[in-house]
Amino acid sequence: MASIAVYIEQRAGTIKRASLEALTAARAHTTDVVALVVGQSDTDVLARYGATKVVQLVHPLLTEYSSQAVARAIAQHVTAAGYSTVFIGATSQGKELAPRFAAILNAAYLPDCIELLPRPDGRFNVVRPLYAGKVRATVEPLTERIVIALRPNMFTARPVDAPTQLTVTTFEPTLSESDRRVVVKSIERNEGKLDVLEADIIVSGGRGMKGPEHFALVEELASVLGAAVGASRAVVDAGWRPHGEQVGQTGKTVSPNLYIACGISGAVQHLAGMSSSKVIAAINKDKDAPIFKVADYGIVGDVFDVLPKLTKYIKVLKQSAAS
Amino acid sequence: MNILVCISYVPDTAAKIGVSDDGQKLLLDGVKYILNPYDEFAVEEALRLREKHGGKVVALTIGSESAKEILRTALAMGTDSAAHVASTTLDSYGVAVNIAAYARAMNADLVLLGRQSIDHDSFQMASTVGALLDVPSISIVSKLEIEGTLVRAERDIEGGKEILEAELPLVISVQKGINTPRYPKLPDIMKAKSKPIETVQAQEVTPCTVFRSYQVPQQKRANIILSDSDADIAEFVRLLHEQAKVI
Repeated sequence: MASIAVYIEQRAGTIKRASLEALTAARAHTTDVVALVVGQSDTDVLARYGATKVVQLVHPLLTEYSSQAVARAIAQHVTAAGYSTVFIGATSQGKELAPRFAAILNAAYLPDCIELLPRPDGRFNVVRPLYAGKVRATVEPLTERIVIALRPNMFTARPVDAPTQLTVTTFEPTLSESDRRVVVKSIERNEGKLDVLEADIIVSGGRGMKGPEHFALVEELASVLGAAVGASRAVVDAGWRPHGEQVGQTGKTVSPNLYIACGISGAVQHLAGMSSSKVIAAINKDKDAPIFKVADYGIVGDVFDVLPKLTKYIKVLKQSAAS
Repeated sequence: MNILVCISYVPDTAAKIGVSDDGQKLLLDGVKYILNPYDEFAVEEALRLREKHGGKVVALTIGSESAKEILRTALAMGTDSAAHVASTTLDSYGVAVNIAAYARAMNADLVLLGRQSIDHDSFQMASTVGALLDVPSISIVSKLEIEGTLVRAERDIEGGKEILEAELPLVISVQKGINTPRYPKLPDIMKAKSKPIETVQAQEVTPCTVFRSYQVPQQKRANIILSDSDADIAEFVRLLHEQAKVI
C-alpha cells in the first residue's frame, strides 16, 4: 500500500499527542509511514508510534516557526517524494498549516476528520462533522493528492508491537526570505494550567456556579482528577473566567475522555464544543436541562451540595487506588 | 489601506438541520440564516483599522441571492462598499479562489475573515486564500496591531498564546475577543438599503471535494440520571470508575 506522510508537530522538543495519533492512524492503513519533522525529533518515539521513515526538513530559515515557510517546505518535499496522502493533527498549528500546503500542492484538504474510510483504490474518504456536529458528512476527495487533518483525541495513539528500524534522511527545501513574511516571535505559556484542548478530563462550570468566587468548587474537583477547568460562554462573557477556558461554538471544541458539566444547562452552542467527548457527565439542579439529554451520567442536584461530596468521594477512590 | 473583509451567510446556530431519508440531502427548509458570528469581528476590525489608517473597506460574500442581506448589515456597520459573488456550488477551495481573485483585483493590503464559518467549521479560509495569493496568513487572531506594513498579532494556542510578526499584504482570520462589534444605527440601516451592491461573476473552479452523503449522528449515551443523595453520588463515582473507566 502507498506510503502516508505524517506531519509531526513539536513544542519545546516534545512531540504533540495529536501527531502520535496521526502516526497510529496512518500505520493502521500502510506499512510505510513517513514522519515529516522540522529539524530534529525524538526518533524513538516516532518509531514506537508507527513511523517507518523520518524526513527532517532542514533550512536556516526554519529556525523560527513560520507557517508560510514550513508549508512551502512540506509542499516541496511531498512533491519531490511523490506522496499522495498527508496526515496532520488538527491542532491550532495543524489547522493553519495544512490548508496552506494543501493549496500549494493542489491537493484536496479534508478538515476535522473523525473517521477514515479506506477505499479499495488505497485512498480515503473521510467522515467529518458539519453544523457544529448536528450532521456528519462523508467527504470524497476529487484530486490525486489529499491532505487529511485528524481531530485530536478521535484516534488513539498506540505504540506498535515491533517498532521498525527507522531510516532518517534530511530534505533541504529551497526557501527565501520572502517565504517567511510571518513568524512566531514568542510563546507565552499559561504556567501550571492544563489547557482544555489537551486535557483528558475537563470539569466545566456554567452560570449555575452563581459567581466567580464559587469556581473554587470546580477547581478542586478538577485538581483531584488532574483535569482542566472549562467554562460556558455565559460565565466567560460575565468576566468570571478567561476566554481561553471557554468551551463551545465561540470557544474551543474539545473531545476529552470525560467531560463534567457543572451548572451548565447545555445550550446548543455549548454542546457544539463538547458533544464529541467520549463520556459526558452533568450536574444540574434542573432535571429538564438539555445537558442531561447528551449525558452518560447525570446528577440532578445543586452543584453547591454535590460538588464537595463528589470531590471527597473521588479523593477517597484515588487514595484507595494509590495504596 | 485597502481592506477586503469576507463574510458568510450561515444557518443560525440554533437551527435544526436534518438529513433526507436517503442521506443525499441536507434539509435546510425554514432555517434562519445569519451573518456568521465571527465575521462580525472581522468587519469591526476592518472598520477600526480604516479609522486609524485611512483607506477603504469592501465587504464580500459568496453565496445565494439572499446572502446579500448580510452585505446590507456590513454596509450599515460602515463598509465603503459591498460585493456579491453569486454561486452556491463552489466548494471551500473554489470560494478561496474567488476571494483571492477579488483581493488581487482590488489590490488588497489586508484580507480579513472570521476564524471559521459556523456551517462547515473548517478554519481553513485564511490559509487557503493566503497560499493562493502567495502572501502570509495568520489564523485565529485575538489582538492585532499594524504600523506601516508591520503587523503584530496574538493568538491563543494550546496552553498559552503566540505572538507573531508579519508584513502586509496579509490574510488574517479573527477570533472573539479582538473587539466588540458595533450595532448598526437605524439611520445607517436605512441608508444601507439603498446602497449599490456590486455583482461579481463567479469564477468556476473544479471542486477538490464532494459531500457524498450525510447522516445525523446517533448519540449512544448511557443516560443514567441519578439523584443528589449521598448513595447516588457514590454510585456516580463508581460508574465513572468501573463502567466508563474514565477516572
